[in-house]
Parts: sequence; C-alpha cells; structure tokens
Amino acid sequence: MKKIAIIPAFNEEKNIQGVISSLKQYQPDFDILVINDGSFDQTSLAARKTNQALVIDLLSNIGIGGAVQTGFIYSRRKNYDLAIQIDGDGQHDPAEIKKLIEPILADKADMVIGSRFLSQSKYKGTFWRRLGIKIFSFLNLIFLGEKFTDSTSGFRAFNRRTIEILSEEYPDDFPEPEAIFLLKKKGLRIMEVPVSMEARRAGRSSLSFFKSIYYMVKVILAISILMLRK
Amino acid sequence: MAEVNTMRIQILAIFGSVALIIFILNLIRKKKLREEFSILWLVTAFIFLLISIFRPLLDKFSYFLGIDYPPAALFLILILGLIMVCIHFSIAISELKETNKKLLQELGLLRAELEEKERREK
Repeated sequence: MKKIAIIPAFNEEKNIQGVISSLKQYQPDFDILVINDGSFDQTSLAARKTNQALVIDLLSNIGIGGAVQTGFIYSRRKNYDLAIQIDGDGQHDPAEIKKLIEPILADKADMVIGSRFLSQSKYKGTFWRRLGIKIFSFLNLIFLGEKFTDSTSGFRAFNRRTIEILSEEYPDDFPEPEAIFLLKKKGLRIMEVPVSMEARRAGRSSLSFFKSIYYMVKVILAISILMLRK
Repeated sequence: MAEVNTMRIQILAIFGSVALIIFILNLIRKKKLREEFSILWLVTAFIFLLISIFRPLLDKFSYFLGIDYPPAALFLILILGLIMVCIHFSIAISELKETNKKLLQELGLLRAELEEKERREK
C-alpha cells in the first residue's frame, strides 16, 4: 500500500524540518510531499535539506486549498492508496497519525478528521476560531444531519476515492469545512477521531480577526451554494 | 434659456458617445482590446448615442420610469452599462484566477517530476 503525507507550507522555514523528521520517526513508510505555497522564506530549501521529502514549489501563493490540491493531483497520478494532510507548522503531532489512518485502513471511512474537541487538547484555538467552528458545526447539523466537532481541522486522512474527487474539485482558500459538504454530498463517509493539537511553534497563524470574519462569510456562502446546486 | 441648456447637454452627450465608440473601435484595431471585452462598451455607447440624438425616445423612456428630468435617465443608462461591464470583469478575473491556479499547480508538478528524473539519472 502506497502512503503519502501532504504538507502544505507557507513561510515555515523554522518548523518544516521538525515536522518532516518527526513524521519519518513515527511513520517511516510514508512518502513525504511538501507543497511550498510561494513562501518568501527558505521553506523549500529547509525541506530539501532533510533529503526525506519531495518538494513541489508553487511559483506564487495560491492559498492552502490550491496547495493541498496539488498534493492530491500528485497522489492520484502516482497511484497512492492513502494520503494524509498535516500542517507544516508543528501543530499536529505525527505520533497521532496512526489513529487518523486506522479507519481508512479498516475501510470504515473515506476521510478522517483529527478533532481537537473530541479530546482534552491543550490548544483549542482563538475565540473567533472556536466561534466559527461552532457555526460550521451547526451548519453541518442542519444541512447534513450529522455533526462534526472540528470542521476547520487540517489534520486529515484520505483514501483513494477521496483523493480522486478532491484532486478534481477543491476550494482555493479555507477549504476544510467546504470539503466536508462536498464529500458528504457525494455520499462519502467522514469520521472524526480525537487528536491533541499544539499552539504553533514559530511564526504567525494565518488567521487574524478580519480574516476570520471573511473566512466565515466566504465558507457559509460557498456551502449554501454547494447545497443548492443539485 | 432652459432650452439652450438642455440642447447643450444633448450635444455634449452625442459628442461623448461618438468619442467613446471611436476610442473603443480604435483600441480593437490596435489589438489593445479584445472584441470580447469591447461589446458591452459599444452597446452602452450606441444606446447612449441613440437616445442623445432622438430626444423623444429619452422623454418616453423617462416618463415610463417616472423620471422628471429626462437627462437624468442618461445617467441611469450609463450606470447600468458600467455595472454590467464591472460584472463582466469580475467573471473574467475569476476565470483567469482559475486558469492561473491550474498553471501554477501543473508547473510545480512538472518541475518536481523533472527534478526526480534528473536525480534518478545521476
């Protein structure tokens, strides 16, 4: 079984090597693919220096969705059976990948989301993020009749079918909550497993207050349109 | 006096729209503007011209819409034209962004593929 870890990275020169080495330590059979989304710093070089990761450089920043989708396209073309997505900032603990991929290996789910709210995670995110997550979770319930506790989580595992679908269609920015609706509409099985998350080690999170507001409006609009489209 | 004033704006409107049409056509001729993007401009300019020349047309149109001062209807037409052009731009930009994303992704994938090949050959 071919397995790949997709790491979207934007200005993560300080964190990326730690993520790669820890990944190799816990999951040595995973191929590692870093998508450098037009970073201004030396993210690409730092990742290449490890000699343990393949690096795809995007010439300019297209947003996390476009970056991760590049990873899906790569995975599909290279015939991977399983992919995980893990942040390049060290928020996600590679030790927990085994929990994430278990339902995929047992064919119990097509996508697995690592949720920080199902466990006693130290890091819960900012107030605005938590509010956003609550709103998305409510939308999940009314549109899908199913609740996801952490729909913004970018710590995920995908099987082959999901990789194929998302390589065709994936939103450019803030893709995570939307992807749930996209896959659910196609009748795929999504499962959440508890994981713990750390606050980022270095650098700034990509979400400021105004961005969070824009995030919410954009995602709610996108989801509404997605659900209206038959 | 009022007659002379409305006459003046009519002449101004005619000159303005003719100038716009010539300007747009010239841009197409010099290949600085694609036909695709010129059509909305030309349609707006022609409607503007038509209404500027035939005042009764504008009067009827204003009466129909309940506008007391007919030249104000000219602005309405112009604004509607501009809104359409802007929406057209938004659509075009969205399409460009999508194409751009696909190009960036494919370029990244191809370069990675090439690097891998070179590494294997070494």
